[in-house]
Amino acid sequence: MQRLIDRAKELLADGTVVRVLGWKAGDMGYNPEPAMFDNAAELRNFVYDGFCGANLSKFMIEASKLEGKTLVFLKPCDTYSFNQLIKEHRVDRDKAYIIGVGCQGKLSMEKIKSMGVKAIESVSGADAFDAAEELTFETLYGEKTVAYKDAMLQRCHVCKGKEHMIYDELLGESKDTKDADRFAEVERIEAMSPEERFAFFQAELSKCIRCNACRNVCPACSCRKCIFDGTKYDSAQKANTTSFEEKMFHIIRAFHVAGRCTDCGECSRVCPQGIPLHLFNRKFIKDIETFYGEYQAGADTDSKGPLTSYTFDDVEPSIVAERG
Amino acid sequence: MSIEAKEEFRPKIVAFCCNWCSYAGADLAGSSRLSYPADVKIIRVPCSCRVNPMFILRAFEKGADGVILCGCHPGDCHYSTGNFYARRRMTLLFSMLDYLGVENGRTRVEWVSAAEGVKFSTTMNEFVAKIHSLGKNVRLGDIRCKD
Repeated sequence: MQRLIDRAKELLADGTVVRVLGWKAGDMGYNPEPAMFDNAAELRNFVYDGFCGANLSKFMIEASKLEGKTLVFLKPCDTYSFNQLIKEHRVDRDKAYIIGVGCQGKLSMEKIKSMGVKAIESVSGADAFDAAEELTFETLYGEKTVAYKDAMLQRCHVCKGKEHMIYDELLGESKDTKDADRFAEVERIEAMSPEERFAFFQAELSKCIRCNACRNVCPACSCRKCIFDGTKYDSAQKANTTSFEEKMFHIIRAFHVAGRCTDCGECSRVCPQGIPLHLFNRKFIKDIETFYGEYQAGADTDSKGPLTSYTFDDVEPSIVAERG
Repeated sequence: MSIEAKEEFRPKIVAFCCNWCSYAGADLAGSSRLSYPADVKIIRVPCSCRVNPMFILRAFEKGADGVILCGCHPGDCHYSTGNFYARRRMTLLFSMLDYLGVENGRTRVEWVSAAEGVKFSTTMNEFVAKIHSLGKNVRLGDIRCKD
């Protein structure tokens, strides 16, 4: 972590960048938050550890409008989002100085809490570049240990790889964390009967409180004016009152990023209700791969997206009914 | 005292028809005196790709039991490529609805040209029969929006 701060101070001092976009310590030691640092003195609050799951690429939309270059720290999966934003002309590549930081898998506080670790006073073992095999928590009820792997975010188990897609320089070591198939969960649901699927999604989506966190955090959801903010649809900005509203919101939210979603998993990470929102995005990704061929959004900055291109012999929509 | 017979289920069907082919096809079906059920309500759109996935969900929310999208045959689009995009979008949307456990067959895409009055009428007859067999749309309804 000190290496990142030192490098940021160097870049600020020699005038390469005028501000730093990173993470600052939260009040608890396990809840760092994205932050903008305007000078070297502010960097004392800078933090980068296993809890820094937040994807900073979306903040570059606003930072691109400011004078001067911004230093931004991007994890391997965040660089996909950044590439996608370049493709959509939402960020200015010339306004960003990207340090690709290593990633050893990010932690989920929800998972840790569900394992019975509560009233945490301090954490050790969550260092960014030499993450231990085990996390140790000092709690009010004594010391507790949890395996690092068990506390990782779902998305880290299906990691796209630790290679940065875009960067100016690299810092820090990564560790491979992939140990599951990306589409395994989607396939499990597909294998259920329609009644079971309906019941499964009904149960998950009825937890939704329409806080819009999934939309706000999503690097692909970057419209200046969102359809869900309008007054035209009576589902705008309020808690769902019927089962349909939940579905409509989540289908449309996922549809609007279909073909552009890099599967960064931020939606599921921020959901306060723990809804597995990535299941929608991944279903679209899986369908796109089955019907239109392999495609990874954000792997480059110039290819055409699957929903903005076509071929003469695409499958007909009736395939959905035919495959049974 | 007799118990009144239950009212027969009349499905509500929304058909989005593109202005250049399918709407003209529906016209031809009418002028050729081919019949199709009055349960089908046609909404004219400039092109099949004008249909946003939200239109379809919104129709279901408002109480439709089935939604069908008709457009020019691929390659014949008035705007050259509109229906190619619509085809991809609808494939993904239908697959998502299936994934959520909504019955297959409540949604359909059919390519109907301006000369295919017969196809329009048979398609609509088939689709209404299908929705009739599936019954009322309960999984995608929204009670507040219904009258």
